[in-house]
Amino acid sequence: MTEPKVHASREVVAATASGAGPKHRSLRGDVWRQFRRHKGALVGLCAFMFVTVASFVGPYLMPYDAVEIDIKMRNLSPTWSHPLGTDNLGRDMVARSMVGGRISLLVAITAMALSVFLGTTIGVLAGFFKRLDGVLMRLTDLFLALPVLPLLLVIIMLFRDSLRATFGPEQGIFMLIVFIIGITSWMQTARVVRGEVLTIKQQEFVAAAHSIGTRRRNVIFRHILPNCLSPVMVAAALGMAVAIITESALSFLGLGFPSDFPTWGRLLYDGKDFINLTPMRVVGPGVLISLTVISVNFIGDGLRDALDPKLRSR
Amino acid sequence: MDAEMTVVQEQAAEAPEMPEVLVSVRDLKKHFPVTKGALRRKVGAVRAVDGVSFDIMRGQTLGLVGESGSGKSTIGRTLLRLEEPTEGTVVFDGGDMAELSARGLRKVRPRMQMVFQDPHACLNPRMTVSSIIGEPLVEHLSMTSRERNERVEELLGLVGLNPEHANRYPHEFSGGQRQRIGIARAISLNPDLIVCDEPIAALDVSIQAQVVNLMEELQDLLGLTYLFISHDLGMIRHIADRVAVMYLGRIMELADVDSLYDNPLHPYTRALQSSAPVPDPAVEATREKIVLEGDIPSPSSPPPGCVFSTRCPEAVDRCRSEVPVWREVSPGHGVACHLVPAI
Repeated sequence: MTEPKVHASREVVAATASGAGPKHRSLRGDVWRQFRRHKGALVGLCAFMFVTVASFVGPYLMPYDAVEIDIKMRNLSPTWSHPLGTDNLGRDMVARSMVGGRISLLVAITAMALSVFLGTTIGVLAGFFKRLDGVLMRLTDLFLALPVLPLLLVIIMLFRDSLRATFGPEQGIFMLIVFIIGITSWMQTARVVRGEVLTIKQQEFVAAAHSIGTRRRNVIFRHILPNCLSPVMVAAALGMAVAIITESALSFLGLGFPSDFPTWGRLLYDGKDFINLTPMRVVGPGVLISLTVISVNFIGDGLRDALDPKLRSR
Repeated sequence: MDAEMTVVQEQAAEAPEMPEVLVSVRDLKKHFPVTKGALRRKVGAVRAVDGVSFDIMRGQTLGLVGESGSGKSTIGRTLLRLEEPTEGTVVFDGGDMAELSARGLRKVRPRMQMVFQDPHACLNPRMTVSSIIGEPLVEHLSMTSRERNERVEELLGLVGLNPEHANRYPHEFSGGQRQRIGIARAISLNPDLIVCDEPIAALDVSIQAQVVNLMEELQDLLGLTYLFISHDLGMIRHIADRVAVMYLGRIMELADVDSLYDNPLHPYTRALQSSAPVPDPAVEATREKIVLEGDIPSPSSPPPGCVFSTRCPEAVDRCRSEVPVWREVSPGHGVACHLVPAI
């Protein structure tokens, strides 16, 4: 019997609070209000914005060029003019980290988007349409069973040159890497989403939607998808981390971007041989990768909470 | 089953001032297959509903009572074709529901709605109240958003909620209020039939009466027809015009509410009635209670003969071998029991 009381008091509070204000609260305003309450998410958002702005605007403000070789200044320890030191060719590490961030972030975001899109689509289809379930889940198993590295080697060997010829060396390899990361990392999302859809499908509000005569398309987009948002958010945050790391690994194998084209992973692997001489060469990009991944995770966390109306009202 | 059908038809013909039949269910069966092993071999079936026939008159309420697992909810869902019936026909206002295509079904949907049992699960937690109630309007009518908002506010007023709460989310409401939202959604398209699947079972007793009274008011106001599923005999007596008692997927007894409560014929009906407490301590202390032994048998292997024979205090040998035929013992009062003497 305590529950109605609590509700009543909350309602009174809400009524008095909203009495003066406008009658219709906007959804976006609600989401933002709740998001701001999540401290970690706010800090994460600031950090992510900082990294993004630094990567895309920073290079224009730097006195050094990321690819300018100055052999006399090689292997410098951090100084005021070179806060992260220089590499073995005398290039400024701050400038290189900034430029590297562009590619790493772009790859991470696009690959994550592709992977989440594929995973969610396949998961929802498999969960919602019983007939497709077997086929799609076996397809997922098949992709999970593929050995990723040999597959990457084959794909890159087969398509690199033709893509480079068509789109130019940078765009070609960018598309290839995004594609590869995307199609090798959607399976976990698909499985989790399918499970979630199977649960939601049994709930009464979905039966209610069917009894209303809601079209199946609308049942999926209006009722199923919004309710499996939290695993999708988590998958997206993790997917970005995986994408950054996979891109690093690819660059290390010499299959990613060309070596004069810095990315965080590339910088990390180039710097690892000099870790005793100039440790900041590794620490800088490493910290940036971790910072980005952590901030994205926090943003995902905050967004998930903010999009859940149950948590929003608290 | 032929006998059963003719009896019901006669019953409809006999009564002089019988109102129009809105829904007519004949020999409805719903079996859920039981599969086993990696190859999903079919090893049996759960006979959730096993040959049920009844009529629902326009503007009336048919109560459906029975204990858990007797197939009440399955009947409701099969009626709306949320489940495909295994056998039998459901004729709704002259049209056979079972033969409708997906498109045809969608056209009939607005005329038959459902109110669900669990007020916490029947509303999408990510939609506002106005979009929940407005969803049927979006799906079936082409209204401007202004017209829709007006209609939603009208509906909220109709079910006794503050129209200013339209932009709130379901979790901000109590159970009774949510059930009102569910009712508002069900009546938004002016349906003929509403299947109420234990709409009050999950509510506080104090709220139950409010919700039931609201449903009665709406019935008078909008000329609704209810199939009211419940296990609460007292509530059924209050709201229903006719009552069907179910046990293990079959109807045991079907009668007008007064004749069922004053003159229960089937041993199961009597047992159910005696299990309901009487609000008078003196009567309660002395009255004779029929306590049924054991549990309801599994619907995947119902007993031979009368399904109630395993627990019936009055069962004789005949009950365990021969399925009782549906008989009408007085006008409008049918029963499936060997022991009820014919008139």
